[in-house]
Amino acid sequence: MIAIPLVWLVALLAVPLVLVALLSIHQIADAIPPIAPLISHSGGHLSVQASVRAYRMLESDALYRSAFFSALINAAFTTIGCVLIGFPLALAIAQAPRKRRNWYLFLAVLPFWTSFLLRAYAWIGLIRDSGPINSVLLSLGLIHRPIAMLFTPGAVWLVMVYSYLPFFVLPMYAVLESLPGELLAAAADLGARPFYAFRTVTVPLALPGLISGAVLVFIPAVGEYVIPELVGNSSTIMIGGILWDEFFQNRDWPLASAIAIATFLLLMIPAYVVRRWIGPLGVVKQ
Amino acid sequence: MTGTDPPILELTDVSKSFGRTPVLQDVSLAVPRGSIVALLGASGSGKTTLLQIIAGLHDPDGGCVKIGGRDMGSVPAFERPVNMMFQSYALFPHLSVLGNIEYGLRARGLDRAERRRLVAWALELTRLVDLGGRRPDQLSGGQRQRVALARCLVMKPAILLLDEPMAALDRSLRAQVQRELIAIQRAIGTTFILVTHDQEEAMAMSDYIAVMDKGRIVQFDKPRTLYERPRSRFVASFLGSINLFDGACQASGARQCRFTTHEGLEILLERNEPINWELVGAVGFRPEKILISRKQTSLENPIPGVIEQITYTGSLTHTTVRIATDRRLHATSMNFGDGAVDGPAQGDAVFVGLPSGAGVILTE
Repeated sequence: MIAIPLVWLVALLAVPLVLVALLSIHQIADAIPPIAPLISHSGGHLSVQASVRAYRMLESDALYRSAFFSALINAAFTTIGCVLIGFPLALAIAQAPRKRRNWYLFLAVLPFWTSFLLRAYAWIGLIRDSGPINSVLLSLGLIHRPIAMLFTPGAVWLVMVYSYLPFFVLPMYAVLESLPGELLAAAADLGARPFYAFRTVTVPLALPGLISGAVLVFIPAVGEYVIPELVGNSSTIMIGGILWDEFFQNRDWPLASAIAIATFLLLMIPAYVVRRWIGPLGVVKQ
Repeated sequence: MTGTDPPILELTDVSKSFGRTPVLQDVSLAVPRGSIVALLGASGSGKTTLLQIIAGLHDPDGGCVKIGGRDMGSVPAFERPVNMMFQSYALFPHLSVLGNIEYGLRARGLDRAERRRLVAWALELTRLVDLGGRRPDQLSGGQRQRVALARCLVMKPAILLLDEPMAALDRSLRAQVQRELIAIQRAIGTTFILVTHDQEEAMAMSDYIAVMDKGRIVQFDKPRTLYERPRSRFVASFLGSINLFDGACQASGARQCRFTTHEGLEILLERNEPINWELVGAVGFRPEKILISRKQTSLENPIPGVIEQITYTGSLTHTTVRIATDRRLHATSMNFGDGAVDGPAQGDAVFVGLPSGAGVILTE
């Protein structure tokens, strides 16, 4: 019974992870692929050519730390944006008449059905200097020069919040929808005004789900590569981009792998904490 | 209803529809202060909706709701002197028993000392004294019900509403819980209004019952009056069982008449109070009032028949007798005397006696 999912899990998650971990301790070589085999058989005896050079570089060069930190900050702001926009959105959908909810959910998720790059390019088209936003503001006389929105950290934040929003809204909606409606009726019956009931009943019960949804956004956002690359600038270099550069430009596979492993291990901490204290998804059980 | 005290709850022509479906139509009711009143009806009769309207959780489409003489028209649920015990109890899962009970007091802004005093009183009243620190998921069904009750009582409402209070309890607990609820009500004097589909529960607990059918109150009376003097065929059949005969009265005096059923039976009816016999359209006899005997001499209105089925349930015997025109009458009797001695058996020819003074007289 447990065999098939376990095989799936092992094959598709554990094995690649182990391969990347192994890759990170390879020595580099001038070859294709640019790594020396870990175990070689030369002249009749086995030798192991492993190296922790990659990890030493991570530790010694400040670039990696600052890129990781930059990614953390950006992911944090993205998460906050998703929560601030996504929570009211999920709340509105959960409180809408039952018949309309699926329709609203569909609308919220619809952008997902289009290509991610197309959506990113759509934003580029909107916020660039010659785009419609600047044109309207200029023609209305509210500004005299175009506002530089594109290729800024703000643009990265904007497009990331836009892209990651469904990851927060859907689980948040699931949690809010699972709250028994009678609880709010009971609160009102006991004398709680609507905002007091929201504060003392809805929020505490939705909080675990909110935190789980936030983590669901935060963790992948740390490793984001494409969006900073497309709409950011040199100040928005983050760990995902560094990894790409090391792998494709410097052809330093072990270093790229080491970045991946280090990031993975560091992100395990918040993931574990959430899981331990809140449990999967935070859906209220009755 | 006593004339001196004004009713605690007055409903006048309350109507409510959900979409195009009418759920309540012209419901009027006056509930005496300090009484236990049951809204009794089948599913779909509108009783729960009526309860929710009293609580303020729904607004009526038409009509007027007055509590303590005050029109509740624009008063939202959180300002009404009414509290409701939900069928599912609706306990707050993230709060302890104490937190649940004091929720309303906190919402009202009472200080800690006052809250503590009231909560202690409520815990004592509902026998929850040692369970204050537990969470709802650590309680049994009966305990959860008591928390829901305490949570309401601590607010000292003018009216306590109970939505199917026994529905979620084991059968074996129900009688005891019924007694406890009545005892609490007598101790604190709050008006209770409960919704139920169980007529035995309604009769056991209530001072008055409002029988509801399809969004209307068909009769509002004391349980005994409803059972012995139902004013409609519906109420007569809804509470307990009854053997009904359609027909008309001939040759009547002021307090008695000769009732001829459509099947041709003649039944002599008597009453202590004068009745307008011309309006009588049907008469009914409850199973426990009907007598069965092999000899017709001791019986009033004897009707010959054959015993079709006998069911012995220990303290009672239920007998089905087939009379002329294939009509079946159901009789119930208590097993007096030595029950080990056999009475009439299946297939026996017997006489069914209909007591002339104990018939239910209906004018429809």
